[in-house]
Amino acid sequence: MTEIWDGLTKAVELIISLDPEVIEIAGRSLRISGTSCLLASLICLPLGSLIHFHHFRGKRVLINIIQTLFSVPTVLVGLLVLVLFSRAGPLGFFGILFEPPVMVVGQMILITPLMLGLTISALSGVGQEIVDTATSLGASGFQTAWLVLREARYAVVAAVIMGFARAISEVGCAMMVGGNIKGFTRVVTTAIALESSKGELELAIALGIILLFLALIINIVLNRLQQR
Amino acid sequence: MSLIKVAGLTHSYNEREVLQDLNLSIAKGEVFALIGPTGAGKTTLLRIIDLLEVPSEGDIYFDDKRIPRSGKQRLEIRRRISFIHQKPQVFNLSVYDNVACGLRWRREAKNRLTGKVDHILEMVGLEGYKNRNARTLSGGEAQRVALARSLVLEPEVLLLDEPTANLDPVSTAKIEQLISYIARQHNTTIIMATHDMSQGQQLADRIGVLLDGKLIQIGNTNDVFYSPQNKEVAHFVGMENIIEGVITANKEGIATANINGNAIQAVSSYPVGKEVFACIRPEDITLALSKTQSSARNSFQAKVTQVTHLGPLSRVEINCGFRLVALVTKISAEELNLQVGRDVYATFKATGVHIMEKEINQ
Repeated sequence: MTEIWDGLTKAVELIISLDPEVIEIAGRSLRISGTSCLLASLICLPLGSLIHFHHFRGKRVLINIIQTLFSVPTVLVGLLVLVLFSRAGPLGFFGILFEPPVMVVGQMILITPLMLGLTISALSGVGQEIVDTATSLGASGFQTAWLVLREARYAVVAAVIMGFARAISEVGCAMMVGGNIKGFTRVVTTAIALESSKGELELAIALGIILLFLALIINIVLNRLQQR
Repeated sequence: MSLIKVAGLTHSYNEREVLQDLNLSIAKGEVFALIGPTGAGKTTLLRIIDLLEVPSEGDIYFDDKRIPRSGKQRLEIRRRISFIHQKPQVFNLSVYDNVACGLRWRREAKNRLTGKVDHILEMVGLEGYKNRNARTLSGGEAQRVALARSLVLEPEVLLLDEPTANLDPVSTAKIEQLISYIARQHNTTIIMATHDMSQGQQLADRIGVLLDGKLIQIGNTNDVFYSPQNKEVAHFVGMENIIEGVITANKEGIATANINGNAIQAVSSYPVGKEVFACIRPEDITLALSKTQSSARNSFQAKVTQVTHLGPLSRVEINCGFRLVALVTKISAEELNLQVGRDVYATFKATGVHIMEKEINQ
């Protein structure tokens, strides 16, 4: 049990002393997961609206598939990205395997179903009456969709928070396609995995606490956005 | 020339026909009231006119141009119409943003937008609420936001669905005032659905009676209220006295109808032998304690069978060989000391009786 207490004090120490390596790793985690979350949002919010506002055959099935993909294992996504971007793979010509961009791609694939599904259910929470009212007031399809997104902003921001949470906390994909290269692709989660296997439990726990601290900051920022 | 024309309109939800073969034309600047009980299809008709829904059959014409069933043109026309839904749905935004959104969607210049929104908020008496979130307002206030949000667009056509349902009398009066102001000042064409007869009578130029998905009667308020076309309409417009009878004589347009052995005189051109309904509005019957000298052709001795007080009015049921309901002021009910069993004279004019044909299937 002492490890946890030691980990806590170590975390405080590392944060206060602004340990350069920790700052660097945390910054990279934030950058990679922030970017993947942002890009996934840019895809999921419009795509979710598109799916929500259109009636087509197989819509129910599509939503079921999206929801099923919520539980895709991170290592499976890692494997998929590895196959796609390996030198011999179909996207091998990018030559970005074991580099931060491919980690962004991996995390995007991982969180897109989650954000898409939650966006759709967020929009479903806005009544048809609101849609009709907007249409009556002369909103075009796009303007209506934008209004409904704003009406559902609490739930939509929650979808984004969920996406970010899954991205920053995953380890399987980052490890497989990033390779945990020190000073280049090492992020907080892969660092925790490494330090634990080395037996450096305090440092691992400290890094874990730092990760939660990052999540707290992001949540505060997004909550501000929610309340606007 | 009509601004809006509805031709051969039929609409079904899940194979249930809610509107059947409606034909209607509404002139520019007209105030048209659509009256009918809940579930008659009023809202559906308004939704179709607002182009929110595409009818199963039939067409809508705007300015004599047929509106296509899909495509961009619908949005352009919809932007000339405003629809205030029955339950006001305010957006989770400030009152100001709620009112401004329609103008923003039309790409109104910012300086003009502010002026218009401020002006309209003042008009509906919400100028102090600009920055309040609209979701925190009361029902009456939300209804005024909804009204302001539509009026700021200066629509050519205003559709109102039960604009005062669930509002208190003061709010109702305010909204009614506003509606007649808009109709007069802006020459806005208004179509309003209401189940409140007096509201229709008070505000509308013409009235359409929608019963069970069918437009049974269209006419000016007098036509509909005093000469309903059939028993259902008569019932709905408050003709409480609908009595079966047969025409026994007709002299120069004054018909005599035999009702249960009593003769009622009425203005009617139906021939002798016709089976009819005689309809008398309860407020057209006067009650007195003695037989009065008057020009009214119908006077019957009767016994009071029931008295119900309805605020300033009293509803008096009497039996004069047939059952009649009269509406008198509370004061005269007290002066006449109207109580069950009291003998009175009921008097009404021949012009106060509306005779209509008894339909075969009734």
